[in-house]
Order: sequence, then C-alpha cells, then structure tokens
Amino acid sequence: MFEMLLMTSLILIAVSILGTFYRVFKGPSTPDRVIALDTIGVNIIGLVAILSVMLNTQAFLEVILLIGILSFIGTISFSKFLERGEVIERNRNR
Amino acid sequence: MNVIEIAKIVVGILLVIGSLLSLLSTYGLLRLPDIYNRSHAATKAATLGIMSILVGAFIFFYFVDGLISAKLLLGIVFVFITAPVGGHLIARAAYRTQVPLWEKTIKDDLKRDDLKRDKRMTKKLKKAAENQ
Repeated sequence: MFEMLLMTSLILIAVSILGTFYRVFKGPSTPDRVIALDTIGVNIIGLVAILSVMLNTQAFLEVILLIGILSFIGTISFSKFLERGEVIERNRNR
Repeated sequence: MNVIEIAKIVVGILLVIGSLLSLLSTYGLLRLPDIYNRSHAATKAATLGIMSILVGAFIFFYFVDGLISAKLLLGIVFVFITAPVGGHLIARAAYRTQVPLWEKTIKDDLKRDDLKRDKRMTKKLKKAAENQ
C-alpha cells in the first residue's frame, strides 16, 4: 500500500516535469522559459524528497537544499539579465 | 495497527496530494494564456505541493527513524520564502521588457500608475523651471 502510494506520487511528479519541458521548448517569450525552468527546479526538490522517503535514507537531504539554492540564484540572475542586460553591475553610482 | 503504520498512511496521502498539486500547476503552466497568468500557476500551486511533500517526508523521518531533520525544516522554509520572490522578479522583468499581455486583459494598473507618475514628474519639472 505504502509502496504503491510512493510509486504513484513519483510517476505523477515525473509526468509534471515532462509537461513543463513543453513550455521550456515552446514558450513564446524568454520569461516563459525561465519560469518553466524554475518550476522544474522546484519539482526536482519534490522528486528527491520522495526518493529519499522511498529508499529510507537521509543521504539525499543535502541535495534538496542545494537544488533549492541553485534554482533560486538562477532565476534571480536570469531576471536581472533580462531587465538590465548584465548580471553583476560594476557601475554603482546611479 | 501501531504508530508507524498510521504514520506511513498519512505520509503516503500527503505525498500523493503534493504531487497532484504539482501536476495541477503544470496543467496551469500549459493552458493559461500569457506569462502573467502562468506565473501564478507556476509559483503558488507548485510551492504548496512541494511543501506538502516535504512535510510528508519530515513526518516519515520523525516517526519511522525517530529523528527531527533540520535540513528538511530548512528546505521547507527556503522553498516557502524563495519561490514567490522568484516569480515576482520574473514577472517584473517580463513587464519591463514589454512582453505583451493577453488580448482580453481589461485592466493594467501598473500602466495607469506609470502614467500618473509621469504626469506628476512633468508638473514638478515645470514648477522648478518657473522658480528659476
């Protein structure tokens, strides 16, 4: 019963990641693709959590934090690049 | 039926609810018409789903292995804070780079506020020129 529920949620979240890839490839504008990539990062966090429950190990819990931080930094730098045209601004006298 | 069995059933239901919410957010991401609507689906529903999954994993590790995982708590707080911030930043970048709104959009408050601010600034500049 428990294994069946775990397998069901794993399959559902994999289908959701696959559906999000359509928006990454198709998306009419660049922010569409960025937001789809952010959603993929958030979904991968859930995938790793389900996998660590399934295998009953705490070895993957650092991966959750790492993917969360990397996905957030990626989203922020993409939005800054889209808005200003550069990621790290050197000219601060504005 | 002991505590571990009940906890396992609760964890399984939480995980299935979370993955269903995640699937719902993907459906919204595929079906909604423009980027501003899609950002609602992508950031809010997916955040709730992932938080449900992480709470399920926390309950599992607490009742089965008997440990309180600070890493999972930190992950819950981090996802809860950062996902809406990222969605807001991307939506702002999309508006500033003139990504078009849906053609059936009837209200654009940001444009109205920009017009109001422009009018105020021109009035202020004119007053400064008169004083000089």
